[in-house]
Amino acid sequence: MALLEVEHLDVRFPLRHGEIRAVRDVSFALERGERLGVVGESGAGKSALAFSLLKLLSRPGYIAGGHVRFEGRELTTLSDRQLRRIRGNRVAMIFQDPLTTLNPVLTIGRQMTESLKAHRRVSERRARAIALHKLRQVQVSSPEQRFEQYPHQLSGGLCQRVVIAIALLLDPDIIIADEPTTALDVTTQAEIIALLTQLCDKHNVGLIVISHDLGVIGQLTQRLLVMYAGRIVEQGPTREIINDAQHPYTQGLINALPQMTLPRQRLAQIPGNMPSLARVPDGCAFHPRCRYRFTPQGRLRQACVEQVPEAVSSGGSQVACHWVRELITTVPIEEETT
Amino acid sequence: MIMFLMRRLCQAVLVMFIISVIGFAIQGGLGDPVQQRLGPAATEAEATTLRHSLGLDDPLWVQYLAFANDALHLDFGHSYFFHEPALGVIARYLPATLELVAASAVLTLLLSVPMGVFCAIRPRNWLSQTLMGLSVIGISVPVFLTAMVLIQIFSIGIQVTLFPADSGWGHWLNQLFSIEGGMPAYGRGNPIHVVGVWYTNFASLQGLLYLLLPALSLALVMLPLFVRLIHAEMLEVLETDYVKYARARGLRPSRIYFLHALKSTLLPVVTLGGVQIGTLVAYTLLTETVFQWPGAGLMFLDAIERADMPLVVAYLVVVGLLFVVINTLVDLLYRMLNPRVTLSGRAA
Amino acid sequence: MSLEIRSSATVWRRFRDSHFLYRLRRNRRAQVCLALFVLIMASVLLTPWIAPSDPYDLAQISLLDSELPPFWIAGSEPAHLLGTDAQGRDLLSSILYGARVSVAIGFGAVLLQSVLGTALGLLAGYRGGIVDALLMRLADIQLSFSTLMMAIIIGAVVKAAFGGAFYGDYSVVILILIIGLSEWPQYARTVRASVLAEKRKDYVDAARVLGFPSCRIMWRHILPNTLSPIFVLSTVQVANAIMAEAALSFLGLGMPETEPSLGSLIKSGFDYLQSGSWWITLLPGLFLVTLVLIINLLGDWLRDTMNPRLHKG
Repeated sequence: MALLEVEHLDVRFPLRHGEIRAVRDVSFALERGERLGVVGESGAGKSALAFSLLKLLSRPGYIAGGHVRFEGRELTTLSDRQLRRIRGNRVAMIFQDPLTTLNPVLTIGRQMTESLKAHRRVSERRARAIALHKLRQVQVSSPEQRFEQYPHQLSGGLCQRVVIAIALLLDPDIIIADEPTTALDVTTQAEIIALLTQLCDKHNVGLIVISHDLGVIGQLTQRLLVMYAGRIVEQGPTREIINDAQHPYTQGLINALPQMTLPRQRLAQIPGNMPSLARVPDGCAFHPRCRYRFTPQGRLRQACVEQVPEAVSSGGSQVACHWVRELITTVPIEEETT
Repeated sequence: MIMFLMRRLCQAVLVMFIISVIGFAIQGGLGDPVQQRLGPAATEAEATTLRHSLGLDDPLWVQYLAFANDALHLDFGHSYFFHEPALGVIARYLPATLELVAASAVLTLLLSVPMGVFCAIRPRNWLSQTLMGLSVIGISVPVFLTAMVLIQIFSIGIQVTLFPADSGWGHWLNQLFSIEGGMPAYGRGNPIHVVGVWYTNFASLQGLLYLLLPALSLALVMLPLFVRLIHAEMLEVLETDYVKYARARGLRPSRIYFLHALKSTLLPVVTLGGVQIGTLVAYTLLTETVFQWPGAGLMFLDAIERADMPLVVAYLVVVGLLFVVINTLVDLLYRMLNPRVTLSGRAA
Repeated sequence: MSLEIRSSATVWRRFRDSHFLYRLRRNRRAQVCLALFVLIMASVLLTPWIAPSDPYDLAQISLLDSELPPFWIAGSEPAHLLGTDAQGRDLLSSILYGARVSVAIGFGAVLLQSVLGTALGLLAGYRGGIVDALLMRLADIQLSFSTLMMAIIIGAVVKAAFGGAFYGDYSVVILILIIGLSEWPQYARTVRASVLAEKRKDYVDAARVLGFPSCRIMWRHILPNTLSPIFVLSTVQVANAIMAEAALSFLGLGMPETEPSLGSLIKSGFDYLQSGSWWITLLPGLFLVTLVLIINLLGDWLRDTMNPRLHKG
């Protein structure tokens, strides 16, 4: 049994102008100590997925169906009181912008010790000792001084280290990090990534990283989910996907990455924009932007327009694409793949 | 810190200067103290002597300097009506006002924080919707009307005769909706002497009863302002990342609402409290008028009626001073609550 | 001629298709408020024709009719729907006449404070420097003293200086002046903020480069952009002015009882609360609250409709 199992998860936001389905039929599993990445453009439903795991969706979002099982225990039906024992304790979260994540009017120390005290009966003194120890672990310089300071007195990178220290405070089984490096500058990004990888390995913590940045995800994770318009379009080992993406969308994402090794050339881009989650096209959501919606003969593939593709195994990953399925089942490699 | 005190001091000096000019204008320039003192029957010679002895022949700026000098020595002259130093009269009346303000401030605080927080965290609850609706109406009700309604209900009482009194159930219903009244609604009763000029209403049950209706009216008028502000700020704060993060850390809701959210919410509330000091003084005037509460406000209005200039001027100066001091205190409190602002006034 | 017709037709069409009307159609509360507001304004304007009697005409009042209760209480008379006061004046007529005075002072004061505040705000925002610093400091101090307290102080000073008789004779003008003078900072701040925002935009630079004089730039280019916040502010300010007038009158710093506003009606009726004739004071009070509430609600709605950015007051 995996540490965390997500099955057919369905997240919706009923709004005045209609219902937004942010997460559709998403299934995946996370093993103990595994690092999993979720990648996609903004608005693909990544954050909704991350927040729904602990039922932390902002109003009016709700889980409309599916299961989230942590150590075999169903989380979607737990009460707030029961969930509170898991939140921050067994499953910790890291938010995008460390400067807005920490409460500006409370000291770092207070926010650390309150997290500890929410889950364990510890004395103020003991809590302080643990907190300082964790601050040292995330390589915060002069932790005693930081302990007394307010978030605005710290740099963004330092704040994110504090947030990581808070995440590690209760030795959780899983850390969910929603865009942990997006708000930081590039050099700090690298440090934070190194730190997260190292600490998760050391403490055998499972990590789910949400990011729109394939660069971050590539360095940080072992396995990858690619999301598009609320659905997983491809999942598999990170290395396999980056080297040999199967889904046309993933291919597009990877081609859009700047490549240092290649001579100067125009970056590839995927034509069009991702649809708003309120108006997802029928069939494969990606089809209006996909060059494979036409057969080599120039005919529109009816399946792409009419049917939601089911995931199939291809090249080491699970891919939800009619075209890939056709490739596997009937046609040998065609010239289009070059 | 020094910068902050300096700026505060400059503002205080400016405010006090303006007030002193107004005060001087009232006392010396606009009214005619000679006529007021001597009455219409005085002879021209008497008037001239008095005019001279009061220094009214000097150029304006000399007169102002003399006035300012006296004011700095806390001398605003003798009240025409009480025949004693104006400041002493105010000192006698001030405790009643301060007690009224203190009681209503406590009531406002005790009621507005829970109400505002509750309305923000349970926006769909019928009670929140009722409270928010009432607060919209509340800001449109002048304080003297609130006071009168309270007097009608709790002091005079209501005799309902809507239902037929000859039938048993009608009589019973009439009784049910009728209110006995009987709460004191006039003056201060017999406050107990504490020290010096301070007589208190807090020390006896009877005193508290006399205080209740005036304090309640004042509180009911300030309440909607604060409830609406706390509600709006709280709603905004509840949407922030750090509140969501607090939930993600598994903190108890009470801690999230009353520490994480409320502490940030209190910043604008403190500011509003500071800004509302003037409004509070004005509302206190009105409340004291309705209940004939013998405070400084009522004294001020009487002084205006009697054209008792030294008293009017002294009152204005005291209010100005009070206002400067309270504004400084509010600023200090704000800075204590908000670590992002250093005492030099710059955001760090 | 045809041009005129077409343009009025366009104006009508523009109004019909406007955001304003669209929002009004979708908001029941705003419709009710607007209808009530129009009703009150109409009855206030038409008071001399629709009021049952003239409360100032001694021939029409009789002491025998004094302290009659309103119609739902036993002992009332159909001629006096809302009862009568201690002098036997018809309360409904008194309220209508009083509201007329209150509304007149409210609108007059808002006119004065908006003109004064807009002019000073334009000046402060456009000139900047020492003028701006001085004006805004003054506005700050005045606002932190609270506008009602300012009004009371000015009123007290005027009354103390000129005496009660003078005050009574010119009370409408004095009240308009007092409330106008004490509330101008609200406008000055709003206008100054919009001026500062507009000043940074390119078209103002362009106008300056073209050599337009600064008052033309302010009048023709900047002022029109500040109109919508001014309008929204004015709604709430009318309510505030009516409240301020009532407070001043209640303190004896407002309208005399010979020419009562709603505030002075409430004040003079207060003496009869103890004798059981609550309607003399509470009914004018109720009318005052209704009027102010309606204007406040309309103001809130206008603010949301015309400029969602202003939402945080």
